[in-house]
This record gives sequence, C-alpha cells and structure tokens, in this order.
Amino acid sequence: MTMDQLDAAGLLAVYSAMAVYTLAFAAFAIDVAKRSAARSTVPRELVSVGGDSPAGGQSPPAIAPAEAGRGARIGFVLTVIGWVVLVAGAVFRGLAAGRVPWANMYEFALTGVAIIVGVFVLSRLWRDLTFLGVFITGLAVVSLGTATLNFYVPPTPLPPALQTYWLVIHVFVATLATGFFALGAGLSVVQLVKERRTNGFLRSLPSAEQLEDLGYRVGVIGFIFWTFTLVAGAIWAEHAWGRYWGWDTKEVWTFIIWVLYAGYIHARATRGWRGSRSAWLQIIGFAAVVFNFTVVNLFFKGLHAYSGLSSE
Amino acid sequence: MSRSSESDPLRPRDHIEAPRRAEPLGEGPRLGIAGWARFLWRQLTSMRTAIVLLLLLALAAIPGSLVPQRSSDPNGVIQVRSANPDLVWLYDALSLHDVYTSPWFSAIYILLFTSLVGCVIPRLAHHWKAMRAAPPKTPARLSRLVGFQTVPGDASDLDRAERMLRRLGYRTARYGQSISAERGYLRESGNLLFHTSLLAMILVVGIGSGFGYQGQRLLVEGRGFANTLSSYDTFTAGQWFDDGSLEPFAVRLDDLEVEYETENRYAMGAPLDFTARVAVSEPSGERSAQIKVNEPLSVAGADLYLISNGYAPRISVRDPEGNVVYDEYTPFLAQDDLMTSLGVMKLPDGLSQQLGLRGFFYPTAVELGSGALASGYTDVLNPVLSLQAFTGDLGLDAGIPRSVYSLATDEMTQIAGGDSGAESLTLAPGQSVEIPGGLGTIAFEDVLRYGVIEVHVDYTQTLVLWITIALILSLLASLLIPRRRLWVKATGTGLEVAGLARGEDPTLERAVDALARQLRAGAAPSHATGERVTT
Ligand code: HEM
Repeated sequence: MTMDQLDAAGLLAVYSAMAVYTLAFAAFAIDVAKRSAARSTVPRELVSVGGDSPAGGQSPPAIAPAEAGRGARIGFVLTVIGWVVLVAGAVFRGLAAGRVPWANMYEFALTGVAIIVGVFVLSRLWRDLTFLGVFITGLAVVSLGTATLNFYVPPTPLPPALQTYWLVIHVFVATLATGFFALGAGLSVVQLVKERRTNGFLRSLPSAEQLEDLGYRVGVIGFIFWTFTLVAGAIWAEHAWGRYWGWDTKEVWTFIIWVLYAGYIHARATRGWRGSRSAWLQIIGFAAVVFNFTVVNLFFKGLHAYSGLSSE
Repeated sequence: MSRSSESDPLRPRDHIEAPRRAEPLGEGPRLGIAGWARFLWRQLTSMRTAIVLLLLLALAAIPGSLVPQRSSDPNGVIQVRSANPDLVWLYDALSLHDVYTSPWFSAIYILLFTSLVGCVIPRLAHHWKAMRAAPPKTPARLSRLVGFQTVPGDASDLDRAERMLRRLGYRTARYGQSISAERGYLRESGNLLFHTSLLAMILVVGIGSGFGYQGQRLLVEGRGFANTLSSYDTFTAGQWFDDGSLEPFAVRLDDLEVEYETENRYAMGAPLDFTARVAVSEPSGERSAQIKVNEPLSVAGADLYLISNGYAPRISVRDPEGNVVYDEYTPFLAQDDLMTSLGVMKLPDGLSQQLGLRGFFYPTAVELGSGALASGYTDVLNPVLSLQAFTGDLGLDAGIPRSVYSLATDEMTQIAGGDSGAESLTLAPGQSVEIPGGLGTIAFEDVLRYGVIEVHVDYTQTLVLWITIALILSLLASLLIPRRRLWVKATGTGLEVAGLARGEDPTLERAVDALARQLRAGAAPSHATGERVTT
C-alpha cells in the first residue's frame, strides 16, 4: 500500500474506534443510570482489599464479575474491541509515516488514548474497575474527536531533532504515565462522589477508602513513569540542545506536574490531608497533564514545537 | 492501629503514621525566644508545610511558561518589552523575565529545602539506630492483626519458621515462644536517600553551574575558530568562570551536509539530516569528526553542538574603477521553513557614499503571480539574491551597538527597491549589476552553507547523572518495597501467624498467607496439605 492508503486505513480505523467507544460509553452510561435508579439489593462492598477477611482468605481480592450489570459487560467488551481497532489505527499510521506513531499531536492523541484504554482494559486482570468505563470511554471519544477534527495532519518524516530513540522512550513513557494518571484521576473522582452522595450504583462500588487506596497505587505508578519521563527528557535535551534543563515551556509543565504529584503523595501521608483533599490533588495533577497536552502544546511558545500544526 | 516502636521510621508529627501525642495545652509556643523558635521550626518541618510549599512551587513555576524568559527566549523578551512599553516596570519589579532566579521563586524553594533538611536529618539519625534495633516485642494478642490464622505446629517449629523468615529477608528476634520479624528497612533508606539526593541535586546544579560556560560561533564552510573568548559571537559564563579555563582547541567547519525529503509530498524539502564535518585541532594533534543534531562532539571536556544552519552568499562590491571594496560570505538568517533568508551588508568605506544593503536570499526562487519572488524549496536549485540598497549614514560611528543583522535606515535614502523608483538588485550566482547612482557594481559570486556551533562546558553533568540514578533507584525502593512485620507464635492450639503493615502495603495479607502455607507444607506429615510452595 502507498503511504496515503496506509494513512487512510489508519484514519478509518480511528473513526471506527470512535464509533465503538461511543457505543461503549452509551452502554456504560445506561448501566450507571439503571443501577443508580434501582434500590440496591446488594449493599455489600464488591472489592475486598485485605484487612478483614477471615482466616485462610485464599482467594485473591477481586470482584465477582457476575455482579457487574449487563450494560457494563457489553460496554467492556465494546471497549476491548475499540481498543484493538484503535491500536490497528495507530499501527497503520506508524507504517504510513515510517516511524513510531507519536510525533505530533494527532499521533499523541491516538497513541495516548490507546494506552489509556489499554491500561484500563489490562487493569481488569488486577481489579475490576469497570465502573470507570463511563469516564474512560468518555475521555476516549472526546480525545479522538478533537484529534481527528482539530489535530489531523498528513504523515510527515521526523525533523532531525526528533530522530532519536529518546523520542521512543521519552514520549512513550510519558504517555504510559498519562494512562495511569487518567485511571487514578477517575478513581479519585468516584471517591469524591462516593463521599458525598449515595445511590444504587454508588453503593455497588468499593468504599471511598478502598477507592482512595486503588487511586493512590495507580497514581504512584504514574508518578514513577513521569519521573522517568522527566529524566529521559533532560538527557535528550542535553543531547539536542546542549543543556539538560533550561526551563523551556514544556520542561516547566513537566516539572509542575511532577511537583503536583509529589504534593499528592505527601498529602496521602498527612493527617488532615488524606481523603478528599488528597483526591482533589490527584485530580488537579491530571488536569495539569491534560492542560499540558492541549493548551501548552498549542498556544505556548517554546522549543518543543511539535504539534505539527502551523502556528501562523 | 498504631503500634509504634523504636524500629519504626521517625515521622513528622502530622504524618499519618506518627503516633498521636497529647500536645501540651494549646500547643502554642511557650513564651520566650527558644519556645518560639522551636514552634516555628516544628511548623516548618511538618508535612503540611511541605505540601503547601510544593503546591506553591508548582504555582510559582507557571508565570515562567507564559512570559518569555531571558534564559530560554531572549528574543521573546525583547518583543514583549517593545510591544508593552508601559508594562516594562511591572515585568522588572516582579522579575517576570527571570522567574526561576527571582527572589520569590527562590524563597519558595529555599524554604522547601530548609524544611527538607529539618525533616531529613532527625530521620537519618533515627533510621541509623533503627536499622540496628531488634524487631519489636510480639503483641499479646495477634488475633486483631492482618491475615491472622493458626496453622498446625508447636514450639519445636519455631526454628524452622525463623529460618524461613530469614530467607525471605526478614530480621528476626525471639520473644519467649514467639518470633517477631520485620523487613523493608530499605523503604525508609530509599525515602531518605531520595530526599537527600534532591538536596544534593540542588546544591550541585546551583554551585557547579557557576564554573561552566557556553559560547556560540557562526562558521561558514571552510572557516574555523579557536576556543578563546574573543572568537565567540555570544558567550555566557557562570559567576566563578575564569577565562584561563578555556580548553585550548580549534575547530574548522569543512562541510555541512543536509539531506532533504524528496518523496513525501506533504513534506517536500523538509530537512531529514544535518551533518557538520569538522576538523578539530587539539594539543595532541588534529582529527576529523562530525557533529549532528542529537549527536554532540566531545572535545577536551567541552561539548560541541550544531544548533542552527543557513546560507551564506558570497557578495562582492566594486567601485566604478573596478577595485574590490567588499568581498565576503555573508550569513543570511532563515525566516521560514523554506529557507527564505534575510541578510544585511554594511559598507561604510570604499565607495563615494556609505552603502547599506538588505534583502533576501532564495535557495530555489520561484516567481509568484504578483511577480514577487519567493522560496519554493529548501535546497539550492535556483539561487537568487534580491537586495534593496540605501545610501547615507549607517550610524556606525554613533557608538550605539548595532546588530550585524539589522540596518537602521532612518538616516538613509533608499536607492534600489521599495519606493525608490529603481528595481531591487536581483542576482543569480555569477551575475553582477550596476548600483544606481553610479556607485559601482555588485556581484553574487557563489553560496556556501554556514552552521552555528555551540560550545558548552558544564562540570555538573556527570555528577547530576549519578544523582539522578540515585534518585530513581531510591524512589523505586521507597515506593515499592513493603515495610512489614510478621509474627509467629506457638500457642496451645498451634502456630499463630499475623502481620502488620508499616506504610502502604497492599500485599501484606498475601504475604501472611504465603508464610502460613509454607509452615503448613513443611509441617510433620500428619499435618501436610501436600502443597509445596517455593518462595
Ligand atoms: C523538595 C521537595 C520534596 C519533594 C520533591 C518530595 C518528594 C517526595 C516523594 C516523591 C515522596 C514519595 C516517595 C518516597 O517515599 O520517597 C516523598 C515522601 C515523603 N516525603 Fe517528601 N519531598 C519533598 C520534601 C519533603 C519535606 C520537606 C518533608 C518533611 C516534612 C518530606 C517528607 C516526606 C515523607 C515523610 C515521605 C514519606 C511519605 C509516606 O509515608 O508515604 N518531604 N517525598
């Protein structure tokens, strides 16, 4: 296939993934609505995270999947399908451009959403976080919509400054961190909602404290990847620009995000801050990540001019 | 459930795991300077203060991404200041062009690091002792602890249990008919090393960078320069820099090769690769080498980078008698992705009047519908120079420093191009034309490329890299290694097993289960479950 055909195939896959995620979102949303309205007959917590199980507690802490509503199950299956299609889309795009598919904003968005959804899907092996389906698929639809409508550019070769394995490492790890941050923020949002209100759906979720623990663990993994991102970025900057740190716009925001998450980790360990305050910090941290990817890339001036969109 | 002991990490008093102490009434400072000082110090080294200072630091970093900074974007600073002349005082008063060295930004991180020192030093001392302390006494009742269970066995199994725990990396102690075991001291070691490394990083970067320097030099192909202060176009150095420390070497740019995209129609002419071939002379001899983007060249402790490139047309000017008064490769600065390049020449002497030339170089000129020229491609396929000419006072004697890339035309009369009535001087290589007014002739001889080489010496690099490695490893240790206690106690009914987490520890229950299973598996045949576990 020619470059244009490959790219068209990729774009088609991305549109298809968007359609599938829209359906998944609808399925998850219907499930939430139904369960919120229903008078819950299952008041007990679905997740058991250590602590109080009786002697012998041999089974790993997990949710009984049978408890998830039909809508949620359909939503999850659709999410997996959408994920496969989107990964195919990113691969086609990479083939069309002859390089990794994360060198401009359109491609960051594709790969980023693929990774966020991938983290969500794979987290199923660890815990059932299906209740975040609405949040994750909603995020996926909005991001892919923005990417195709506003960020699309034809595939072009890499400028010399980006031709290095540091692009592969630095940007990939940053995207991976974003995947974990997204999940952590989702958990924090649910935690906050759960602290304030209750209905059938919310009652079926893990307790606010368990949500907080999960959110913290996911956030910490994101933080570790973000630390790698920061360090890899500095080493790359050293190779490309002759200094490892120069307070370039993008460096500033990477730093801000890192510091915000350090604040979050401290807050989790501080009396009076653990709980909803630390949850807010995790959400603010993720908001900064999203801001960094969108507003900073598009409107702030700096050396990292790689949106692929002309600023004139 | 806070069972603290000597081997527990020391925590700031508002840490979630610090034992709640009964504060003296009101907690407020007792009168007296010492009382106040202790009170303030305790506030400064609390977790709360660390959080607030971290958040303030994040907030304070934002303006530097909105307003151009002198260090990263000097041209932006000039633009902003000339666009908002009545706000310049505000920018200066708030150090908005030097945010990261401003008093307010510095105040925040100095406070943060003071807090860090105050927080870490007592913890270091405490941890040093805790590492030697025996695990704490076994609690009287294990039944309320995590993963509590009873497995078959009696006091004769304790030796075996202790060996098992040791193999799993636990430190153990016997208290009567029980074993108390603890592991994960490395978590606290990691945490302390992490915070200490942060401190080391700030100190090394802050002090070490004061000795380094960086200089830029534009080189047309075939030209070279020696590493001395006077040969740089721009030079900046740290406050303790001494020019005797400039390493003796010289560099010549032999050739700058650029490879262009020729197939992808969305990116025709986009540069794919830059290679500067250079000759380096050092006291030890001469060698040839190359510099590429992302591939600096190391020479005598300095790193050389290729940071930009462009075209330098060779332009000559002759007076009416044919004497050469100007003949130089003049660097033109690229204005867009297609290398439309802008250049300036100043000829104060040699002709009957001072002459200024300003205009564009198009590596591959194309004619637009309007008749104007534009660049159609980045490589040199159809090079054309188009110059405007001015006579009058170049302003070079006024003592005002002027950029070689700009021409002040207020005191000059335009004689070619623009509204002068005469056409711009348009030339292809090898052509020459008359300068209006009988001043002489100008010729475009040929064109070469130039590269801008940056020489950078930073003595902190290696150390910073080591500190970074320490930071990452200690962070991993601190976040991922669980700190936990396990107890095995022989009672009338069997061996009681239970654990207690110190800090975040999601897998504690599984660890207790695994130990219980191992104990069962190794128990006398009558108790064996047949299950073998190998960890
Ligand atoms: C320069 C600013 C600071 C940064 C960037 C920072 C960063 C971090 C990070 C990333 C962690 C989690 C990883 C680990 O446990 O090592 C952490 C933990 C911790 N920090 Fe800091 N820190 C800073 C200042 C402080 C200060 C001033 C204090 C003292 C009040 C402090 C006390 C602690 C404590 C006690 C923990 C352990 C938290 C827990 O139990 O989970 N840190 N810090």
